[in-house]
Amino acid sequence: MTDLSAAPGAAGRAKTSSILEADARTRRRNAAEARFKLYGMLAVATGVLALILLLISILSNGLSSFRQTFVTFDVPLSAETLDPSGNRNPDEMSKVSTFGYSPLILNGLKEALSARGISVEEVPDADLANMISRAAAADLRDFVLANPQVVGETLSFEFLANGRIDGFFKGRVTYESAERDSNVTPGQLRVAEAMVAAGLMETRFNWGFITGPDASGQRPESAGLGVAILGSFYMMLVVLVLTLPIGVAASIYLEEFAPKNRFTDLIEVNISNLAAVPSIVFGILGLAVFINFAGLPQSAPIVGGLVLTLMTLPTIIIATRASLKSVPPSIRQAALGVGASKMQSVFHHVLPLAAPGILTGTIIGLAQALGETAPLLLIGMVAFVREYPEGLPQGLFDPASALPVQVYQWTQRSDPAFVERASGAIIVLLVFLVLMNAVAVLLRRRFERRW
Amino acid sequence: MNDMRLTERNVTSSEIKISARQVDVFYGETHAIKKVDVAIPDKTVTAFIGPSGCGKSTFLRCLNRMNDTIDGCRVTGDILLDGEDIYDKRVDPVQLRAKVGMVFQKPNPFPKSIYDNVAYGPRIHGLARGKQELDEIVEKSLRRAAIWDEVKDRLQAPGTGLSGGQQQRLCIARAVATSPEVLLMDEPCSALDPIATAQVEELIDELRERFSVVIVTHSMQQAARVSQKTAFFHLGELVEFGDTGQIFTTPKDPRTESYITGRIG
Repeated sequence: MTDLSAAPGAAGRAKTSSILEADARTRRRNAAEARFKLYGMLAVATGVLALILLLISILSNGLSSFRQTFVTFDVPLSAETLDPSGNRNPDEMSKVSTFGYSPLILNGLKEALSARGISVEEVPDADLANMISRAAAADLRDFVLANPQVVGETLSFEFLANGRIDGFFKGRVTYESAERDSNVTPGQLRVAEAMVAAGLMETRFNWGFITGPDASGQRPESAGLGVAILGSFYMMLVVLVLTLPIGVAASIYLEEFAPKNRFTDLIEVNISNLAAVPSIVFGILGLAVFINFAGLPQSAPIVGGLVLTLMTLPTIIIATRASLKSVPPSIRQAALGVGASKMQSVFHHVLPLAAPGILTGTIIGLAQALGETAPLLLIGMVAFVREYPEGLPQGLFDPASALPVQVYQWTQRSDPAFVERASGAIIVLLVFLVLMNAVAVLLRRRFERRW
Repeated sequence: MNDMRLTERNVTSSEIKISARQVDVFYGETHAIKKVDVAIPDKTVTAFIGPSGCGKSTFLRCLNRMNDTIDGCRVTGDILLDGEDIYDKRVDPVQLRAKVGMVFQKPNPFPKSIYDNVAYGPRIHGLARGKQELDEIVEKSLRRAAIWDEVKDRLQAPGTGLSGGQQQRLCIARAVATSPEVLLMDEPCSALDPIATAQVEELIDELRERFSVVIVTHSMQQAARVSQKTAFFHLGELVEFGDTGQIFTTPKDPRTESYITGRIG
């Protein structure tokens, strides 16, 4: 600061610091800023790229699972095989197992093929029967037992094609791969192509994937998400009904009423820590408390819901407290100033202003719970469940699956057809998550303080 | 509007509304108010002046127990409202605050309609028996707060959509609606422009017909314009309390003189 006292020095400085020219220090600062912006853009680009890759991979693998190959032909329901006693009594007819139905389907298929002039000489009968899903005989049996009067008639049925034949039309199976595959022969593929040309076989949208129950590893073509979606829905109901009142009540008490002392500090720290506890720990807790101690059934949505409630509560409490905190204190003072009680000031003024934040937090918490897998594995939701749970409320205690667990299960199975089904299940899960987040955004827009 | 003709103004009532005796306030370890004795007359505007941090707002907030909501705040001594100790264990602060209304520094209308802002107090205290009675209270309060003509056509419009001065008068209407006996005002004009300030000051002068008004202000001119009694606080102590004219013309304490002449503060 010697320049200040020396006039010639000050004049010299004025000469060097022209504002038309950035000095070294300014240039360095500008360069640092430019670099920082670049890092930021790179980070965003990486994130967007990862998202795009994820979506492309899931969509390319999974979209085909919504379409399935169906075979349609007439099946003669011969009375001698299906109803030996001839009295159309379903109880007696149920003695005929699916092995009794398989030949009927094969006969029907052979007749349909020969009627359209499709040669089956190079394909043995066993291979021909294998072109139809293994689920077909069971489906046919269920239909006949439910409608005994159709025995003796010849009816047109639609069956699922075997997963490999279906894979052929989706590009998963080729003639070359069929040579090496013990489960499918090139001859079957040639017949399948001829059947498509003759209109016996077609690939189209398959509601069964969304509404149907899971199927065993032998019949990927008939596996569906119905039980998993229902199970997830039941669990979300339990989570919503429990977390919203408990979480909001706890937050309001802690934020507005609780005295600030060591004990509430401890609770606060613990809630923050609980939010960071690995979810599988909650699974072990649920197994010990709800199943082993309380004796609730395994694989039941009620247990899953309770475990996910424990897991979601900290998230919702933190979100709710944050939105309660963001309500300006002047509103509370104004209410107290006109003689409102503490509770009136909270429920009449603070809570309505915090509601959008609370709702958003709740829905984000629910979305998190919807995608949670690990704790469900520990409470038996990973079981193979083909029966739909009952309606509410007793359905809460029936075994069910859940969407993320279904994804996990399908990725474990060996048949390549389950790859597309797992990706398809992920698409369904993502659609639900996007919908829930959209609802959160809409609610926030709708209830945001408008003035 | 009132100018500085101080000597012409007299206290209209000699009846004591609030009397404080040996009041001490502590925020944790901090001794914010030290042994304050003051007697606030009814139907009078009493101004609390003093430099920032001198405790005038703290003391004001003791008068309707708004300090109860602050953690670690402790009040000792007696504050009597019409001879009853407001810090008595039997006193419910909620009931007290309906009698001793408050207007805050920053206008803080509820994010509701103008009508609901004013009707809120009467509603929670059950002051109106029907819709018509409530309408009357709302109109009367808005008229008293000198804002009726500006808002009568848009009572359902949001209160937060008004201008700053209108919002503050709405807050005054809200405070008046519960028919309080005392109205506490914590720097009610500090967030307002000169025109809005003038309107609010005029209003304060009118309000004194019905209420005992206590106003905290940073502006000595404002204290001189609107009040009949003035209390000067400094470092938590009540230095001088007397008629406004006397405080501003012939202060007894040298500290008061230094402050009103601008030497401390």
